[in-house]
Amino acid sequence: MLDKNGIAKRIAQEVEDGFYVNLGIGIPTLVANYVRDDISVEFQSENGILGMGPFPIDGEEDADLINAGKQTITALPGASFFDSATSFGMIRGKHVDLTILGAMEVAQNGDIANWKIPGKMVKGMGGAMDLVASAENIIVAMMHTNRAGESKLLKQCTLPLTGVGCVKKIVTNLAVLEVTEDGFLLLERAPGVSVDDIREATEGVLIVNGNVPEMSIQ
Amino acid sequence: MIRKTVKDVSDALAGVHDGMTFMLGGFGLCGIPENAISELVRLGVKDLTCISNNAGVDDFGLGLLLHQHQIKKMVSSYVGENDEFERQMLSGELEVELTPQGTLAEKCRAAQAGIPAFYTPAGYGTEVAEGKEVREFNGKMYILEKAFKADFAFVKAWKGDMAGNLIFKGTSRNFNPCMCGAATITVAEVEELVPAGELDPNQIHIPGIFVQRIFQGTDYEKRIEQRTVRQK
Repeated sequence: MLDKNGIAKRIAQEVEDGFYVNLGIGIPTLVANYVRDDISVEFQSENGILGMGPFPIDGEEDADLINAGKQTITALPGASFFDSATSFGMIRGKHVDLTILGAMEVAQNGDIANWKIPGKMVKGMGGAMDLVASAENIIVAMMHTNRAGESKLLKQCTLPLTGVGCVKKIVTNLAVLEVTEDGFLLLERAPGVSVDDIREATEGVLIVNGNVPEMSIQ
Repeated sequence: MIRKTVKDVSDALAGVHDGMTFMLGGFGLCGIPENAISELVRLGVKDLTCISNNAGVDDFGLGLLLHQHQIKKMVSSYVGENDEFERQMLSGELEVELTPQGTLAEKCRAAQAGIPAFYTPAGYGTEVAEGKEVREFNGKMYILEKAFKADFAFVKAWKGDMAGNLIFKGTSRNFNPCMCGAATITVAEVEELVPAGELDPNQIHIPGIFVQRIFQGTDYEKRIEQRTVRQK
């Protein structure tokens, strides 16, 4: 089974040379730590920067330089700043190659719910609805089950939707799965996790074709 | 040169009254019009509709207006980090219209550019689409979103000149340029106001035509919400 950093490490393998990547808050943020250093990648933060760098060295933080999680950041050589309409133009116009975000629920048809729990304080969707509605290449990073042990990979979402039919790939603590017309296709197992473990934790239709390899993570 | 300068924040906000709709720039506490917000608190205008990506924190930004019960309705994409906001929203004192962030920016830009409405895929199939026109283009579904209408836009820039030309710094740019010229009157406050001719026209982010009033801001606090650092 993977921890959060393990999920981030596996997703980092999906990042290719020349990609512009938008990382959501939570596990997705960790992906930046594990991208191979022999490829060129630029991270976009939707509040208005391409070429986002690591957190600043203590004492060098700048109130005018933050990411979408409102954390202080740095800008790498080649970075650019832009306004919010331009930023979402990049996203809506499909110029961003890969979007990685968290979710509360994913349905087997690719629907995603990650912004609202009825009865709890609603904080808002931020940029999530724009991201999931537009991006061609969306990877969801999440735990396979919620804190109550219930599956987050469902036949149908029960929570209010963020977007419909948009998720293509999911990396959880147990598995890598692809959303297909027939259900969740199991691509890889996490180290030490059996197909039965994954089946047990998946409420939606799970498709298992032959021998499912164990993922390789350094 | 058409001169846009006003003496101070008090002159800049002349004509503001109860029941108006305002746009306020900023993302979190980054790039918010601190001086205009302070003046709105001092004026005590009420029943306001505020279009702003976020609603500040309890003791800063738009949180200051919330504490004085000056806001009737917020139009935002994300409103966490604010206990008073939560209390007023749950008690029904405050109306909240949650709008996807890219849609919020485009509703500003459309108002600026004279476009009454536009189609976007954001929110299709969700509760955001309820009551909105839906249309298919090239096999994909979109919803119709309308441009904002506002009485004042309050924006904050890094540098500006007397002609109202603006330059922004870092990610404090965010919604500020989109809101310029998107309301009847745009008020820009700047950290550094310079005579016309001192800013390189090649480097201007927002031309002065989109700005009606500009003033030299004072006492910027520029608070950081999530100070995150690494060690050397």
